[in-house]
Amino acid sequence: MTTPVLVAYDEVVERFDPMLGLEVHVELNTHTKMFCGCPTAFGGEPNTQVCPTCLGLPGSLPVVNRTAVESAMRIGLALNCEIAPWCRFARKNYFYPDMPKNFQTSQYDEPIAFDGYLDVTLDDGTVVRVGIERAHMEEDTGKSLHVGGATGRIHGAEYSLLDYNRAGVPLIEIVTKMIPDTGARAPEVARAYVTALRDLVKSLGVSDVRMDQGSMRCDVNLSLAPKGSGALGTRTETKNVNSLRSVERAVRYEMTRQAAVLDAGEAIVQETRHFEEQSGTTRAGRRKETSEDYRYFPEPDLVPIAPSREWVDELRATLPERPWVRRARLQQEWSLTDEELRDLVNAGALELIEATVAAGAPAGEARSWWVSYLAQQANVREVPLEELPITPGAVARVIALVASGQLTTALARQAVDGVLAGEGTPDQVVAARGLAVVSDEGELVAAVDAALAAQPDVVEKIRGGKVAAAGAIVGAVMKATRGKADAKRVRELVLERCS
Amino acid sequence: MSSELTRLTAVELAEKIHSREVSAVEVARAHLDRIAEVDGQVHAFLHVAEDAALASATLVDESLAVGTPPASPLAGVPLALKDVFTTIDMPTTAGSKILEGWRPPYDATVAARLRAAGITILGKTNMDEFAMGSSTEHSAYGTTHNPWDLARVPGGSGGGSAAALAAYEAPLAIGTDTGGSIRQPAAFTGTVGVKPTYGGVSRYGLIACASSLDQGGPCARTVLDAALLHEVIGGYDPLDSTSIDAPVPSVVAAVREGARGDLSGLRVGIVRELGGEGYQPGVRASFEQATAQLEKLGAELVEVSCPHFEYGLAAYYLILPSEVSSNLARFDAMRYGLRVPGAGSAEEVMAATREAGFGAEVKRRIILGTYALSSGYYDAYYGQAQKVRTLISRDFAAAFSQADVLVSPATPTTAFPIGDKIDDPLAMYLNDLATIPTNLAGTAALSVPSGLAADDSVVGLPVGLQIMAPALGEAVMYRVAAAYEASRPFPSAPEVSP
Repeated sequence: MTTPVLVAYDEVVERFDPMLGLEVHVELNTHTKMFCGCPTAFGGEPNTQVCPTCLGLPGSLPVVNRTAVESAMRIGLALNCEIAPWCRFARKNYFYPDMPKNFQTSQYDEPIAFDGYLDVTLDDGTVVRVGIERAHMEEDTGKSLHVGGATGRIHGAEYSLLDYNRAGVPLIEIVTKMIPDTGARAPEVARAYVTALRDLVKSLGVSDVRMDQGSMRCDVNLSLAPKGSGALGTRTETKNVNSLRSVERAVRYEMTRQAAVLDAGEAIVQETRHFEEQSGTTRAGRRKETSEDYRYFPEPDLVPIAPSREWVDELRATLPERPWVRRARLQQEWSLTDEELRDLVNAGALELIEATVAAGAPAGEARSWWVSYLAQQANVREVPLEELPITPGAVARVIALVASGQLTTALARQAVDGVLAGEGTPDQVVAARGLAVVSDEGELVAAVDAALAAQPDVVEKIRGGKVAAAGAIVGAVMKATRGKADAKRVRELVLERCS
Repeated sequence: MSSELTRLTAVELAEKIHSREVSAVEVARAHLDRIAEVDGQVHAFLHVAEDAALASATLVDESLAVGTPPASPLAGVPLALKDVFTTIDMPTTAGSKILEGWRPPYDATVAARLRAAGITILGKTNMDEFAMGSSTEHSAYGTTHNPWDLARVPGGSGGGSAAALAAYEAPLAIGTDTGGSIRQPAAFTGTVGVKPTYGGVSRYGLIACASSLDQGGPCARTVLDAALLHEVIGGYDPLDSTSIDAPVPSVVAAVREGARGDLSGLRVGIVRELGGEGYQPGVRASFEQATAQLEKLGAELVEVSCPHFEYGLAAYYLILPSEVSSNLARFDAMRYGLRVPGAGSAEEVMAATREAGFGAEVKRRIILGTYALSSGYYDAYYGQAQKVRTLISRDFAAAFSQADVLVSPATPTTAFPIGDKIDDPLAMYLNDLATIPTNLAGTAALSVPSGLAADDSVVGLPVGLQIMAPALGEAVMYRVAAAYEASRPFPSAPEVSP
């Protein structure tokens, strides 16, 4: 098929209704895999986290990870879903080398959680209720690395390498109902939903939800219907959408592409498409011939899961404060504007600040440290803020040292640098680097007097009323004490001695 | 001496070994010699693990020599293991070319329990490929011959294990029973074969045929030996989610009680639907004698009806292939086993390997199952078959409300000549008519020799009496079998002339 000329976005939404659906895979952070005891840690040497079960060796059998089931139920409850009183796993049969059994153990028509919703707030405050069709458990596949050939795809590759470390890692797939009436805001709704879902799952502590590492993956289902027709068009499923921004771009691109195909009088092909990060476009992938037949049937190697009411209620009681509720509370407690709050959220600083406050720091100082100096350091190191090697507790300690006058702000930064460099706790760094403020008044007075004696002209100016000239003396004292003096106190002493 | 040792039961051997009258090594050696002597004709074994067997027996002897009590009542007794259980020190093929030479990196739970019990594993026995078949003719490694008549099949899929017992190559064996693969070979070879309650013996390391039907079980020449082995391999295994978390039924005690020969107060149900048309006259005659014998022992005979059993075979041949089509998908040349090189893409390698590595019967069932699970056919085939399964379970429940055990001939015929049914799958499938309902319901059953049917050959060929019990009702089943066995000595297997 020739690439059609895209239709302008405004025109698309004038003539078509986008029908949007999202499927999000969340990789759970359980210590072990879904059906065996292998570790799930990310980034291990290939094929070092495997056993007969996750390699699908003949004779091996699965055993369900209880923690994964609990995580699935907690996600379901947080999404206002019903929890199935009885459900089963099913086998999804298809051949692919990165799937050791050539079937994926998943759930089919009996998901553990179903029929819920998530309220999503857009930037302008509009709330969109996104219906949740289901949340079900399944296992991840291994990873293929296709070597040779131009595309990095299996076709045309010279050979492929397989790493089964990820095979069997527990996944929760969360499927929305079709989200109607989003119109021009479909891309924004998609992004806002995935963002809200990410925050929600993160608050549950059941996943790292890192889109860049693949612990959260999003598929965008989209079709167009003639404006107001209510008809259901043929949909495409776009995969490889690996960032929040990409979610928005993928929806937008598919809308313009599909409109162009329809305008050209052609039919939308029901297919899997891949999002191309570079160009912001999608390309055709696997063709879904007559909706692929996965020959689902109940997994005979596992017994049904029948969570008791008590178990479900117990889990419900463990649900933390919803992220948006918490945000509203913190906004009030910390007296933030909407914009300030959004900046904190976007910087990933909210939890860190909250934890720093919990460790005893005043909110203002905690915020200031995380959004300025620490944010800069994260930027320099090119890591997310939360991956800086400093704990909120350490930041709170530094703030306390400043408050008690034991560190100046400049010294505090040096203390933080030491912590980030792995030199130990703030107190250890202060001791090792000798950062403590010169608090001996006699020593300070001596240093001030020495500086005044060295610059009699400045003394004259001060005495003549030019108080601003004191800065030069303060600077000299700070230099002499190698920054360890409290500049405010030095200034007071200078003015005192010159009066 | 050697040949005498191979004639003893497991209990007799254990007694001699534990009293240090003979060593476990001598016993192992005697059986290895016997295998060397006759297996060229019987072909019960795919792999004989001489060194490992002798090493294992040596450990038992050493342990006994320093006064350590035997690890189990069967410590030092040799055993033949069906080649469908993974073994870390022996190749495991499931009778298929696609696994030729595969060395599993782990032991099946059954294998691990045998080792822990000090049982000497002599080697791995022949079977129909992936346990699909009733004659071992579907093995990729040649047919096993029935020691009673080498021109006949020993049954299947566990023909290797049963023939090893009948040919005195081993006093104990392990089989698996998906639709009769333990009981039908036991009937054909005049040995005892037990299909435990589903979940009674761990399936971990049992290469799956049909997961919801497969069950490992003990095989022996006597009911007591089978019971002793049952208690070694049975019981909960956290590695098998379908394993039952309950104590192993006390089958050894039940056998000792049954051997006293009193079955008074016990109700034995004769299943009207199993034993009529299609059953060989000699088999029917043997069955009638057997039920008469049970009555003599004090049992009350009642007739029960299981009207849905007639749909059992059809349901079985939808459920089994469906599960097979999925279970056998993993044999794709990517990670282990056969790989047919030369082809281009991964998909082509998979297809070429599966084409070359699977036999005709396996392919037939994969195709059947793939079709039965297809979208649009699922409800009509797999879904309906599951309903039949429920109805058969209800038939059993109703029957067991009227009788403590049910009985039937284990098979419609005695052992048939090699080559007779190989080209007629339907005729082959009918072998399992009487055994399949038990697998569909997940209940327990065994086959115990009930004499010879004289109408089939001059010497007469063995017939099996099937005794069926409710789930976890093994004790009463063994008790009846032991009582019957004690009252009706069965001629030992004929000498296989070298």
